[in-house]
Amino acid sequence: MFEDFIYVLGKYDTWLWRGFLLTIELLVISVTLGTLLAIPLAVARVSKKVWIQALPFAFIYVFRGTPLIGQLFMMYYGVGQLIANIDGIQDHWTWTYLRDPYWYCLLTFVLNTAAYVAEIMRGGIQNVPNGELEAARACGMSPWITYRRIIFPRMWQMIWPAYTNDVIFTLKATSLASTVTMMELTGAARKIVARTALPYEAFISAGVIYLIIVYSLTFGFKGIERYLRRSEQRNEPKTGRAKAATSA
Amino acid sequence: MLDLYGRGWQMLEGGLVTVQLCLTVLPFMIVIGLLGASAKLSRYRTLRVIGESYTVLIRGIPELLVILLIYFGGTIAVQSLAEAISGEETRVDIPAFWSGVAALALVQGAFASEVFRAAMQSIPIGQIEAATACGMTPMQIFMRIKLPQLWRFALPGLNNLFQVLIKDTALISVVGVEEIMRKAAIGAGTEKAPFTFYLVAMLMFLSFTTVSLLVFNYLEKRAARGVARA
Repeated sequence: MFEDFIYVLGKYDTWLWRGFLLTIELLVISVTLGTLLAIPLAVARVSKKVWIQALPFAFIYVFRGTPLIGQLFMMYYGVGQLIANIDGIQDHWTWTYLRDPYWYCLLTFVLNTAAYVAEIMRGGIQNVPNGELEAARACGMSPWITYRRIIFPRMWQMIWPAYTNDVIFTLKATSLASTVTMMELTGAARKIVARTALPYEAFISAGVIYLIIVYSLTFGFKGIERYLRRSEQRNEPKTGRAKAATSA
Repeated sequence: MLDLYGRGWQMLEGGLVTVQLCLTVLPFMIVIGLLGASAKLSRYRTLRVIGESYTVLIRGIPELLVILLIYFGGTIAVQSLAEAISGEETRVDIPAFWSGVAALALVQGAFASEVFRAAMQSIPIGQIEAATACGMTPMQIFMRIKLPQLWRFALPGLNNLFQVLIKDTALISVVGVEEIMRKAAIGAGTEKAPFTFYLVAMLMFLSFTTVSLLVFNYLEKRAARGVARA
């Protein structure tokens, strides 16, 4: 049993390693761009004007209400086909990029992450205590400055646990890239299974790598959470660990 | 356009399979969730460790990987088990539908156990003590005190989980179960109209998640009818 594990890990370690790198790459780009896109979406979503919040509402509703695999197929096969039907596009220099599943995956993951994160941010923005907003207005802060100094820092503090959950969700979502021939971690494992017919060994190896990524991320996020909540620790009795976190 | 090159019925059949998948997984998910939550709150350390590590493992692994592992690995496991029992070479095929159900129940059950654990902990300890003082057995306490309130505390979480479940059934198309996504892929391939078919598939999923949302919102209101609103 263990010989097969050693065989898979020894022979296909480069596949798994490259898969690991691609998974991380997809995760980092999706989360970064998705979060940047989510901020204006969330701000528009909490607007009191119906015509401003309608569009982000529809976007969030559709992306959260449909399966990611469907969104991915819709982009890659559906939109991809529409693009391929344009006259002369296949001789154009952009064609190398337009037929590459990588860009369709990234676009789908970015939009999907943006929708989920925007919904989390909406909750965070709406839960900022009203007194703080009134105080900001009384100090003469413009809406822009209120967002920068009061609402966003408060929002991050509140949404952090939900946000980090969503990063993990995105990590697991990147496994869907394997359904459009991408060789990320799951894709690599599937290819190993096709080559060796050893499903346990390949899938469990990939699973263990995912677990390592997830719990390393969770560990890092906990540290950032302590940093975000540093202002709240003042009134609590300081334990040794809390003290170390504040001074660091 | 609406009859989808004569494949409109196929898509509806796919929709039916998706509904079947969701409703088949649901009871398993609730039972696994309740068992998991009880294990996590158990007074025995071994059960707590088992319950916790189950969630830790499932939470960190993509659903797709679990589905693939159970589909490809499950067949081998059941086959070797059957061979060990019967003592001769046998060929076993687990239907993709049931391996999909098993995978989703395993995944959603882990998340459900978190929902139920939180719900169980929201029940005031005084009520349990009062029930014990009245001489109820643990089973009676569970049936009369815990379960009716668990429902109300767990509904928002279950609402969320059921949404995720509906969307996750689309992943089972990867192992060939002919639900909406698979039917759409077949239609897209043979009729050379991927955009149309996937658009219809997405609209079907959107209507399912919307209906589920409305039903759960109604249930949440109903479950809270006896409670003073803040």
